[in-house]
Amino acid sequence: MNPIVPSRRDFLKGAAAAAAAGVVPMSLVKLAFADPAQDFTFAYISDAHIQHISGTKFVRNWDRGLIRAVAETNLLTPKPDFVMFGGDLGQLGTKAELDHGAEMLSKLRAPLHCVMGEHDYYLDLGEHWSKLFGPHWYSFDHKGVHFVVLNSILTHDEWTYNRWPSAEERMLQMAGLDNPNGSPFMVGEKQRAWLKADLDKVAKTTPVVVFSHSPLQKLYKGWNFWTDDAEEVQAILAPFEKANVVYGHVHQIQYNQIGNISFNAVMATAWPWPYPNSYAQAQHTMPVLTVPMNRADPFFERDATGWQFIDVRTGRVALKYNLYNNTARTVAWNPATGKPEDTAFQDPAKRVPPQVHY
Amino acid sequence: MKRKIAVALAAAVVLAVVGGIAIQADEFTKKDQERWEKEYMSVVQKGRELWTSPQLGTNGVACAQCHPNAANTHPETYPKFQQQLGRVIALREMINWCIQQPLEGKPLALDSPDMVALEAYVAYERRGVALAPGKH
Repeated sequence: MNPIVPSRRDFLKGAAAAAAAGVVPMSLVKLAFADPAQDFTFAYISDAHIQHISGTKFVRNWDRGLIRAVAETNLLTPKPDFVMFGGDLGQLGTKAELDHGAEMLSKLRAPLHCVMGEHDYYLDLGEHWSKLFGPHWYSFDHKGVHFVVLNSILTHDEWTYNRWPSAEERMLQMAGLDNPNGSPFMVGEKQRAWLKADLDKVAKTTPVVVFSHSPLQKLYKGWNFWTDDAEEVQAILAPFEKANVVYGHVHQIQYNQIGNISFNAVMATAWPWPYPNSYAQAQHTMPVLTVPMNRADPFFERDATGWQFIDVRTGRVALKYNLYNNTARTVAWNPATGKPEDTAFQDPAKRVPPQVHY
Repeated sequence: MKRKIAVALAAAVVLAVVGGIAIQADEFTKKDQERWEKEYMSVVQKGRELWTSPQLGTNGVACAQCHPNAANTHPETYPKFQQQLGRVIALREMINWCIQQPLEGKPLALDSPDMVALEAYVAYERRGVALAPGKH
């Protein structure tokens, strides 16, 4: 028997242990190939928003989310090959927040790769983050898959360098999700040129997984569920047979398919966000494919966070969402339609009332 | 007969006075409307400032962190049975719950100007949505 594929059983053993401590607000990503020796898994934690109050005090709620995710990731069987952190480690990008978050992440028992979020960046333009976690964008290969990490939360130079009287003010302005004084995210010309050169060296049949903080698609500009040069980035990924984009920032389940590119969002460890369609004054373009997760119950502090078991056996992602106080979800590639679909709830007649966001 | 006329006259005087006041009350102008709208919007603006600032709590957390543009607050469904509390409550009680729990702050008086401002802002962001009291 394949030593890794049945690992779902082992994994569930790990999950049972995790369930004793609660449920895991992170994603386990499994990549499996024809050669079972090449199968591997990795975990995905995102959007911790560690928030400094003063002195040694931090917002307890957000601390608990990250501590729990790290502890439960360490219980996973099989042990993930590496762990991704998807950005927004801090809330206002201070040394205190990033150091405190890094200390929590240091408890992970697997190598860590990090993605830059806007909350990490706009105080010192990523300087302290870089000292802790390395370059702002990079790529690496692991067991036959090409991984790319982008810094997708850059914006216009005028906004970044000339508009605000201080770095603190700039950070505060970008930290407000619904702040009309913010600015749209973008990857930018320089990084796109780097991405193109990086991918030119990769065979078009190689599975490519891109990690970004913002969605590399345009969903709702008002909350920056948006990347301004998304089409240009998608064009660079389009020639690959199996391209996958995994992003944070949105604090909710989202999935979409654009051409050959599958898009999947991961949840936050800090708090969930409403779907843009619940804002009555907004124009938005949420993927019609996405069946929303249940509305969050604020009386359960960690509700509407959870973890995802992601299987990329076919080079396409299949996500098993295990949610705190709700029925587990599975979003898998449907070869018949060529799209990711929820295996239980995709049919509107089968949805449950809490999935209606209004 | 004289008495009947006197009564009728008195009634007419009363009607005239009352009616007169009523007519006066209806005679507001465009300028009045603009002033009232301005007053309302200044309270909405104050509500927006409170919604996005850390001053309601003690831990730096703001309402807008979880509720951008006051989304997912459903003001049109209140008063409603809040199943977690086991009784029918007004929106302002839920606002106070959030101030006390995620924001780790002290509840506002239910008729305080700050509470009115928060409600005004939440309702403004939800304008155009039909009332749905009790909806879940």
